[in-house]
Amino acid sequence: MTVAALDVFLNSLDFIVDRRELILDKTWEHVQLSAVALAVSIALAVPVGVVLGHLHRGSFLAVNLANVGRALPTLVVIAVGVAFLGIGFANQVVALVVLGVPPILTNAYVAVDEVEPDAVEAARGMGMTPSQVLRRIELPLALPLLFAGIRTAAVFIVATATIAAIAGGGGLGEILVNQASYRVEGLVGAAICVSLLALAADAGLGLVQRALTPRGLKEEVPAFEPDVRSVV
Amino acid sequence: MTAGPVIPDFGEASDCVSENRTFCSDWVRENWDPVLQPALVEHVKLTLIAVVVGFAISLVAALLAHRLRHVERPFAIASAVIYTIPSLALFQLLVPITGLTVTTVEVALVGYTLLILFRNILTGLRSAPPEVLEAARGMGLTGTQTLFRVELPLALPAIVAGLRVAVVSTIALATVAAFVVSEGLGVPILGALPLNFKTEIIAAGALAVGLAIVADAMLVVVQRLLTPWAYTRRVA
Repeated sequence: MTVAALDVFLNSLDFIVDRRELILDKTWEHVQLSAVALAVSIALAVPVGVVLGHLHRGSFLAVNLANVGRALPTLVVIAVGVAFLGIGFANQVVALVVLGVPPILTNAYVAVDEVEPDAVEAARGMGMTPSQVLRRIELPLALPLLFAGIRTAAVFIVATATIAAIAGGGGLGEILVNQASYRVEGLVGAAICVSLLALAADAGLGLVQRALTPRGLKEEVPAFEPDVRSVV
Repeated sequence: MTAGPVIPDFGEASDCVSENRTFCSDWVRENWDPVLQPALVEHVKLTLIAVVVGFAISLVAALLAHRLRHVERPFAIASAVIYTIPSLALFQLLVPITGLTVTTVEVALVGYTLLILFRNILTGLRSAPPEVLEAARGMGLTGTQTLFRVELPLALPAIVAGLRVAVVSTIALATVAAFVVSEGLGVPILGALPLNFKTEIIAAGALAVGLAIVADAMLVVVQRLLTPWAYTRRVA
């Protein structure tokens, strides 16, 4: 059994090399879809989470909206999307945004909400305006947890973008669901590519996080560590 | 007299169904017993088994990591890597090993629960304040007694919080299981997709979401019953 499994693994590496044009093509589509979905998720969730956290208000909204989002299976969102929006890129992006918003929103809210009150107090004592407090104190201190949410969402989105294959195709999922043409090698090869892509997205965002973190706060930026805050 | 072609009689679809309107309650009523209810029961079963097994594995691993620090990193990394494998792929990847069976589905679903459960249990176990542990030792409790009477009860809120996330996301993920076995609420959804039959998609989808919300609410109630002390002091 292990020998057979190893065989499949080696064959799938062959598949990746032999069919590199197909793989590159599908990977590029996968990246485009994931990037658009992640960008929309960030644009929607970060401002709302940060502002609510800054005001220490709306925890009910931030947390429960996120919980409802988590309960919506992507397959269901895509299926409903197919029934009403039709097949295509827009439907796929909407489904992935529903998946991406919850972890980002919850983490952004919790990150800013839980910034050390003493630090905020000190900043206010130094005469900073609320917006200065937000930009110079709260956001830098909230960065690690905020980014943990974004990185988790990125991994979710890249991994789940495979399901888009049932809503008009595109991306590596197309190889995954088409075992009839690409056989097991294609399946395993595409799965390896998706996993690597997810880990790469996480590592890339880790670099962005490093670049954005002020020097005084720089500690080791953690390797992949999904940190989804579930507020009790 | 020549025998004509045999035309099977599938009964008659209502206008609503044949026109594929948004939601036909008559279809849901007719198909509750043969289609929807069995799928719902299977879905609950898939989820329960996955969460119970995942919880058992995570609890053992977290207890080990609580005592032996070097257990934490390998388990955390392994469970994080499993997390990055797309569900659609993991289900199919296991097929050559475990076949088109429920085992395949359960192995994958269990794999996805490990990360969140392990982390939450461990965080909970570590949340006991040092002075409380000191007091326990001062009262003459042994290590095992401290674990069961102090550390585990104090870890309950974090553990239940992890369970809530694990249960809700497993219910969502179990819909994808339909690609491998014909069990769970994913089956009617996948079946209705090529026909674009709206009623079935909406009915099965709503059942999945409703199930997640009910399960989540039940866990909140369980937590309140298990940790009454966490809610007594909040009367302001």
